Amino acid sequence: MSPSALTYDALRHAADSWGLVFMTLVFLGAIAWTFRPGARGHHARAATMIFDEDDRHG
Amino acid sequence: MASIYVRHKVIERRVTLLAVLAFITVAIGGIVEIAPLFWIESTVTRVEGVRPYTPLELAGRNIYVREGCYGCHSQMIRPFRDETERYGHYSLAAESMYDHPFQWGSERTGPDLARVGGRYSDEWHVQHLADPRAVVPQSIMPPYAFLADRDLKIADIAAHLTALRHVGVPYSDADIARAAADLAAQADPDADAGDLAKRYPKVLIRDFDGKPARLTEMDALVAYLQSLGSHVDFATASAQEAAR
Amino acid sequence: MTAILLRSSGWLGLALLALVAALAGADRGFAVHMAIVALAAALLGVTTAVRGNYSHQPAAPADLSGQYYDEVIRWGVIATVFWGVVGLLMGVVIASQLAWPLANLNSEFTTFGRLRPLHTSAVIFAFGGNALIATSFYIVQRTCRARLFMPGLARFVFWGYQLFIVLAATGYVLGVTESREYAEPEWYVDIWLTIVWVAYLAVFVGTIAKRHEPHIYVANWFFLAFIITVAMLHLVNNLSLPVSWLGSKSYSAFSGVQDALVQWWYGHNAVGFFLTAGFLGMMYYFVPKQADRPVYSYRLSIVHFWSLIFLYIWAGPHHLHYTALPDWAQTLGMVFSVMLWMPSWGGMINGLMTLNGAWDRVRTDPIIRMMVAALAFYGMSTFEGPMMSIKSVNSLSHYTNWTIGHVHSGALGWNGMITFASLYYMAPRLWGRQRLYSLRLVNLHFWLATLGIVFYTASMWVAGITQGLMWREYGGDGYLVYAFVEVVAAMHPYYIIRVAGGLLYFSGALVMAWNIGMTIAGRLRDEAPMAGAAFDPGRDRPLAPFAPAGAAALPAE
Repeated sequence: MSPSALTYDALRHAADSWGLVFMTLVFLGAIAWTFRPGARGHHARAATMIFDEDDRHG
Repeated sequence: MASIYVRHKVIERRVTLLAVLAFITVAIGGIVEIAPLFWIESTVTRVEGVRPYTPLELAGRNIYVREGCYGCHSQMIRPFRDETERYGHYSLAAESMYDHPFQWGSERTGPDLARVGGRYSDEWHVQHLADPRAVVPQSIMPPYAFLADRDLKIADIAAHLTALRHVGVPYSDADIARAAADLAAQADPDADAGDLAKRYPKVLIRDFDGKPARLTEMDALVAYLQSLGSHVDFATASAQEAAR
Repeated sequence: MTAILLRSSGWLGLALLALVAALAGADRGFAVHMAIVALAAALLGVTTAVRGNYSHQPAAPADLSGQYYDEVIRWGVIATVFWGVVGLLMGVVIASQLAWPLANLNSEFTTFGRLRPLHTSAVIFAFGGNALIATSFYIVQRTCRARLFMPGLARFVFWGYQLFIVLAATGYVLGVTESREYAEPEWYVDIWLTIVWVAYLAVFVGTIAKRHEPHIYVANWFFLAFIITVAMLHLVNNLSLPVSWLGSKSYSAFSGVQDALVQWWYGHNAVGFFLTAGFLGMMYYFVPKQADRPVYSYRLSIVHFWSLIFLYIWAGPHHLHYTALPDWAQTLGMVFSVMLWMPSWGGMINGLMTLNGAWDRVRTDPIIRMMVAALAFYGMSTFEGPMMSIKSVNSLSHYTNWTIGHVHSGALGWNGMITFASLYYMAPRLWGRQRLYSLRLVNLHFWLATLGIVFYTASMWVAGITQGLMWREYGGDGYLVYAFVEVVAAMHPYYIIRVAGGLLYFSGALVMAWNIGMTIAGRLRDEAPMAGAAFDPGRDRPLAPFAPAGAAALPAE
């Protein structure tokens, strides 16, 4: 088996096992971080800040 | 004052952080998918018979690109029964390994052309390109009559071969040195073609456009079309496949 | 004084240089392009000289920090409308060529092959690109509460981008093309676009960096990802070697399989980042603003952003199903395309639910209605896309008009409608008008566009499936039933219906051009309001039974 095929097998193995688990955890972590209760106020401010004042024309 | 300065730095860092994170996120997919194609050898299995284009075929290919033929014609036969019966053996990766750029296409408003070489006569192609509906009444292809009236003008064909060699097409020194002569000789059966046929196996040497006195864009385009998909001998290629 | 002369002569020098390149050019396309560059540089040089301030006192610098820099956005709105009309007209022309080949006009400059990239580039890059640049400059200033970073550079971005469009468009007509779909311009035009794009990134990031808001609003995230990713895609996909530095022709650095994958990695993400991420940036600002209520879930928009940009980039190989591309890459492309359905619908739901509690506005406000239609078409095409990327479906749909129908339901429905709505939102505000010239014309535009899309996509769906089935139909004798040209002939009625749909959509764009033109001119059309019959809740009660004066006071509330 050539070295490049080995590399491919290794990559394939990573994608099927710990790589998959790692990516899923990162994804779930990102969602949990976004929806953590402490950030509620921060996101509410961010969502309404576009209404804070009128447009200034130039 | 100092606190404002510090806060400002945090803010500036945030936009950079956002940009860097976004870049990493979008880079992953491309790296994982594209990079292996360059170092996994199974991507392109070498196949007997595939060779670089002759200068005349290359000139024809450039006309094919210029006219946007890829907008309606694919050059990629998929491994389905109806496609292989309609167009011929399904396309192999190796068959386009010297195609800079590839011409697989994405749409079949017209038929696939991956193996159109040798299917029709030169006269058919010339008539069909000049006035598609004269040959195929229901065709909706645009007419390309101007190709037959225009001399093939290429400032420096050797420079084209050199550029292609730089991006990986194995043109020999002889190929480049004789490029201009090869270009003219392939469309002129009376000229001395030298070792053209040896350097480019299965090359078709003849007048393609029915005007032996002139080397036109029609000559080049028809030479290109007649060369498409005809280089690999599938009797041997499928034997190789079975052996693997 | 000397500075002006220096600048002016610098531009004129550049013009001279381009003129020399035009004369020395190896081919006609290159010569014409350098002549265009020379003309542009000369024009700039003369403008600099004529408009310069020659007085000895420098003009007092007006304090503009309290104003947004909107001039370049006003130009952007005009350019968007102009290129939109041009691009849609080209679409009608090439659709007619497929229905009636005589429309190729028997000239080398007007064949379908040369005009097709003109249509695609005009609508994607000229119309869509100008809309993205204009709206991103509009939104980034207002969400950052800061004047645009380096207005001069922003002007360069706008005019430099117009030069890119003109070079690309004239190149296609002259046959100057790299044949990479949606990336056809040749090497020197690519280099120019790279310069313009870096300037665009600088203006955008610079504005965010000097913002007065602690938070970077999510619309800006989408714009930033769009600018960065397009830069990456453009640079890699256009790696090519010119034959001569004075000629237009170049050869791609990649070949065959690798070239195909790089191109469709680019091509699909041109859809994913140019036509999706950037336009989602518009959606996340203009939909809440027009509805006058915050986005349904700001948190969902963050999840939407990261999952969308992560997943999209993998989906490219679904353009190469069953080709000579290795099977594992095809499968990877399919899996990620199917997963992409989730963030896409998350975004659509987020946009639509923003209207929760204000659904009556869909009836009374045609701009809101356009936004809702845009989101609905976005949802439809992002459902259809993953479905078509499933290999068994793709085996039927690939190479057929179904793909064309799919693309146009997204492009006309999503990109077109959200852009029109954004233009209608911005125009009165940018020119300081009380309102649009006519809301009823917006309503007319909405119906023309919607009807046009229905004609277009329905005909192409039927055409595509018919085509796919006819190609693979076998008779009882075991032979293919149809010759290829019989399938071409069977497409004729559908091609005509498509022209009709395109004409409707195009006429809608003309109505918009008129409406926005009159708005800019400061005219107000005298018309009945859209809200229907007047309604006064205060009077919506039975008449009080006869009561003596003074006793009319109702119980206090």
